[in-house]
Amino acid sequence: MIKLRRYCGIFVILFSIVILSGCATPAVRALESNESQVKLRSMQTRAFDTTDKKRMMQTVISTMQDLDFVIDKADFMLGSVTGSKFLGYAVVTMTVIVRPRGEKQLLVRANAQYGIQSVEDPLTYQDFFTSLEKAMFLTAQQVD
Amino acid sequence: MKKTFKFLRFSLTILLCLGVVGCVSVPRGFLKPSEDSLADRQLQSRQYDTTDEEKIITSVAGVLQDLGFTLDASETQVGFVAASKKADATSTGQIFLAALLGGQNAVLQCDNVQVIKASVVTKPSLEGNKMVVRVTFQRIVWNALNQINRVETIKEPEIYQKFYDSLSKAIFLEAQKI
Repeated sequence: MIKLRRYCGIFVILFSIVILSGCATPAVRALESNESQVKLRSMQTRAFDTTDKKRMMQTVISTMQDLDFVIDKADFMLGSVTGSKFLGYAVVTMTVIVRPRGEKQLLVRANAQYGIQSVEDPLTYQDFFTSLEKAMFLTAQQVD
Repeated sequence: MKKTFKFLRFSLTILLCLGVVGCVSVPRGFLKPSEDSLADRQLQSRQYDTTDEEKIITSVAGVLQDLGFTLDASETQVGFVAASKKADATSTGQIFLAALLGGQNAVLQCDNVQVIKASVVTKPSLEGNKMVVRVTFQRIVWNALNQINRVETIKEPEIYQKFYDSLSKAIFLEAQKI
């Protein structure tokens, strides 16, 4: 009987190690993401038929504010906007970069993090671009 | 035999808990505008009858200083200023209740210090003859043990009212060159 209990104990400890180590994020993973790069880029990027970078950035900022984000940083030359919002106890941070694509278009790329996880769900980004195209009165075009 | 059974059940419960907690997954739909987003926008923005963006943004920086904020970041080309301030977050009522119900440990877990982040964005209105200013406030509250108690977006109208009262005054003073 005692033997059985001991086995149980060992089993619980081993299983706990397996489960808990699943969440560990060693430094080696700093540059890792789950989705393939191409897939990730296409879900995070849209092109717009405008060259007005300033208006685009201001629209990105007001769209993010509508989504409850507080803007933390912005840089016109880089075309970047970074904001954060709170969902309960979790912090969502998002960076959007606006840059020219060819002569007639602007490329908008957004990437979001939820707590310590990257957001890799296409629908979430689609929600953002839907709001953005409404505010911009332009269609967001998928880029391959 | 009974003991072993109890132990088995105990370890199974723990395993199940671990499995369920595991890694928290990312929820969906948090980049969709909420139902309150229009009301929030109205609460957080004001229009000013001017097209002088420089005047507005310098007044904003001045008002933030007046209210005790320090500037963290800015990009005037897109009309953006971010600032923050540390403030006391202790409330006598909360501490009294905690002391009454939970003793010293509970008192240490009461709100202690808060950081308030303000982010102001200015942009021309759709018609182009006015400037729209929108400010958003967030706060992070720590307890005496230096743990984060709460994070939230501030939605109290009084705070926004106070900010815009000061801003209107500052813009007026600026216009009068006082």
